[in-house]
Order: sequence, then structure tokens, then C-alpha cells
Amino acid sequence: MDNTVVSTETEGKTWGGGNKPLNASYGKMMMWFFIVSDALTFSGFLAAYGFSRFKFIDSWPIADEVFTHVPFYHGELPMVYVAFMTFVLIISSVTMVLAVDAGHEMKKAKVTFYLLLTIIFGAVFVGSQAWEWSTFIKGDYGAVQTNGGNILQFVNAEDEHQVALRDFVVADHDGRIAHEGKNGLWYQSEDTQPTYTIEEVIKGLESHDNVLVRTQIINEEGEKTILSREESLKQLKDNGKIVVEGANLHVNEYGTPLFADFFFFITGFHGFHVFSGVMINIIILFNVILGTYERRKSYEMVEKVGLYWHFVDLVWVFIFTFFYLV
Amino acid sequence: MAENTHKLEILRGLIKFKSNTQKIWGVLILLSIVTTVEVALGLSKPEALLSKFLGLKILNWIFIILTLVKAYYITWDFMHMRDETKTLRRLVVWTAIFLVCYLLFIVLLEGGYVFDVYDTGYMKRDF
Repeated sequence: MDNTVVSTETEGKTWGGGNKPLNASYGKMMMWFFIVSDALTFSGFLAAYGFSRFKFIDSWPIADEVFTHVPFYHGELPMVYVAFMTFVLIISSVTMVLAVDAGHEMKKAKVTFYLLLTIIFGAVFVGSQAWEWSTFIKGDYGAVQTNGGNILQFVNAEDEHQVALRDFVVADHDGRIAHEGKNGLWYQSEDTQPTYTIEEVIKGLESHDNVLVRTQIINEEGEKTILSREESLKQLKDNGKIVVEGANLHVNEYGTPLFADFFFFITGFHGFHVFSGVMINIIILFNVILGTYERRKSYEMVEKVGLYWHFVDLVWVFIFTFFYLV
Repeated sequence: MAENTHKLEILRGLIKFKSNTQKIWGVLILLSIVTTVEVALGLSKPEALLSKFLGLKILNWIFIILTLVKAYYITWDFMHMRDETKTLRRLVVWTAIFLVCYLLFIVLLEGGYVFDVYDTGYMKRDF
């Protein structure tokens, strides 16, 4: 009987409200729940990326050779732009934590200022990612896909640097016009046609002695294998199937289609998180300006969205490593 | 919230900050240094670090460790994990670490196996 009485008393205390298990308020606790589950989602994606990479460990594209572009700069600076993006996101995390700190001191003007900066940096990041996507989709060298789905790229024999299709292939066909629904059977249409046909690429390779084919296979030095002149021609003639320019979900000029799929999926999902974060921050910014938290006498809401924002930064740190560095 | 509830030491008390704001800038500098080192290593790819250790290049191990270092400081100082109770900290961190390690173990091992199946010639890919 004693026991029953005791437990009833505790129950009253526990469920009566205002209780803070683990010293964290309800909102913060729920944000941590969400963050852990979202972290597991991202881990699932990155692990799947790892799976595909281990599966194609000898032929996976080398990230340094794919992400080499910087806006307003012609030429190649591998990684620099991604490093810049990482830095922007870390800075935005710093301004966010400064906003949270100012919130603890109940300084409305400071919170507003830092939150605004966070939003701006977030927007810069999303913009950068959009630019990176468009560059990736457009591609710049072009390649040939074989019957087996492998990618053959072209390099200069002297410096072993990649050569774009437009530098050695001449388009001498009138251009087969892509079939659109309006021109025939309305339920049938096809994708955009590549600039060159496979025959033109073969002709181009034949007439340029200094161009060689580079396969996907990574050799012992950690570089892609470059074939000899005869092998190049043989490989292209025997196996070449379609000309690929840029990237989409089916094919990409950088290597295995999975690489582009994961790029779109993982950075896309992360970009969506950043975008949502910016939107949430904007809503909170309005609340700050309107004085909602001043009246509530607590800026805890800023702290909660701050947690989410830092989490987005945290995920990017991992994506940066596993997509661009390793 | 009352003042001085933040723990102001990082690196096990090696560096102590006077205020929370100062600590934030300190952590930013630390994270920037780590990122710079990562990019520098990624660009130069020193010959000595390309040998393999436990199935991965030493360089890749360095990247992974540096990433975990960054993750630690983001969680501990930006997300204020340092100021939460020990139980909350363990609940969040160990749950994630355990499940992620388990997932990686299964999935990466399987990936390696599929590679071997291709590699030993049961599947033709080069055509």
C-alpha cells in the first residue's frame, strides 16, 4: 500500500507539467529527437553512396577532376569553390550561435542582426549549390558511353589533359531532329539529341593523332587508364554507343551514372534542408523583429532553430568529406 | 538563462575563453584551420599518405578523422552539447554512432563483396 501512495505522488509531479527531463525543455528535446532521426537518414544516403563506391572501387570518378569550376574564372581550380561553400556554411553557423548568445542576454537588436546575417549566408550557400548543379549538368568535355555502360573520355596525348569533343569532332550531319510529340504520334517523344553522332566522334579521333581515349579504370597510380592509339580506336569503334554531354539521372560524362544520381540526391536533399532552414530562420526573424520573444521573455525559439541550422552545417561537413575529398 | 552557464574551455582545458562570444570565434578559427588543412591535403595528395592502412588510404583516414573533429566541435560548441546533461549527450551521440557503425559495417562489406563478384569474372562489364 505504501508503494502505491508513493508512486501516485511522483506521478503527479512527473505529469503535472513544467517538468524538464534531462534539464532540456520540451522543444529542445524534440529538436534533438528530430536531429538524431534526420542524421540517420543522411547516414543511410552516405552509406548507400559508400556501397556503390566500394562496388565500383576501381572505376569511380575522381571528384577533383569533376568539380573544378569557379564562377567568373576560366580554367580549373579543383575543390576551391566547394571549400568556399563549406566556409560560408561554417560562418553562418557562427553568426547563428552569436544570435543565440545575444538571445540569452535578451539583446533584440543583436539577435536581429546576427539572424539576418545567417539568412544571407544561407542564401549564398543555396545559390552556390544551384550554380554547381547547373555546371555539373551542363558538363564541359563530353564523352562516349559504351555498350556496357562505361564512359570513354578523350585526352591530349602530350599533357594527358582532357579534351572536349568540340575541339576535335566536326559535326557534318544536318542534325537529326529530336522527335517531339507534336510531330507524329502524340504519345511519343524523345530527349534532346547530342551535338555529335558516334560516327563523327570516330572520324574525329581518326583524324587527330594526338587524341587518346581514357577509360574509367583507375590504375595503380590512382589515375584513370589512358589507352594507346590503336587501342583507343579499337575501343571506340567496337564498343562506342552513344555520345554523352553533361549529366542527368541516366547518363553522365564523368563516369558511372550512379555518381550523378548520388550527387543529385545527396546534395539535393541537403540543399533542400538548407532552403527550409533559411525559410524557418526568416519566420523567426520576423518574430524577433515583432518582439514576440521579448514579450515571452525568452529567446529559446532562436536556440531551437539554431540547433537545426547547425545540424545542416554538420551534415555538410560529412558530405564535403565523402563526396569531394575521399 | 543565468549568466556563466557555458563551459568555456576547449581541448580539455588547454584553451580557456573569457566569454561565450570569444569561445565561438575561437572554435571558428579551429574549424577554419581544419578545413584548410583538408583542402591542402586534398589538392597536394602527398605521396607518403597514399599507402593503404586497414583497406583505406592513410590520406582518407586523415580526412575521416578531421571530419569527426569538426563534427565534435560543431555539436559540442555550436549546438551547446557541452552544456547539456551527460545523459542527454550520451543518448544522442551513442545512439547515432552505434547505428551508423552498424549500417556502415553491413553496407560497405556488401559493396566490397559485389566488387569481388564483378572482379573475379562472373560478370562482364568491359564491353
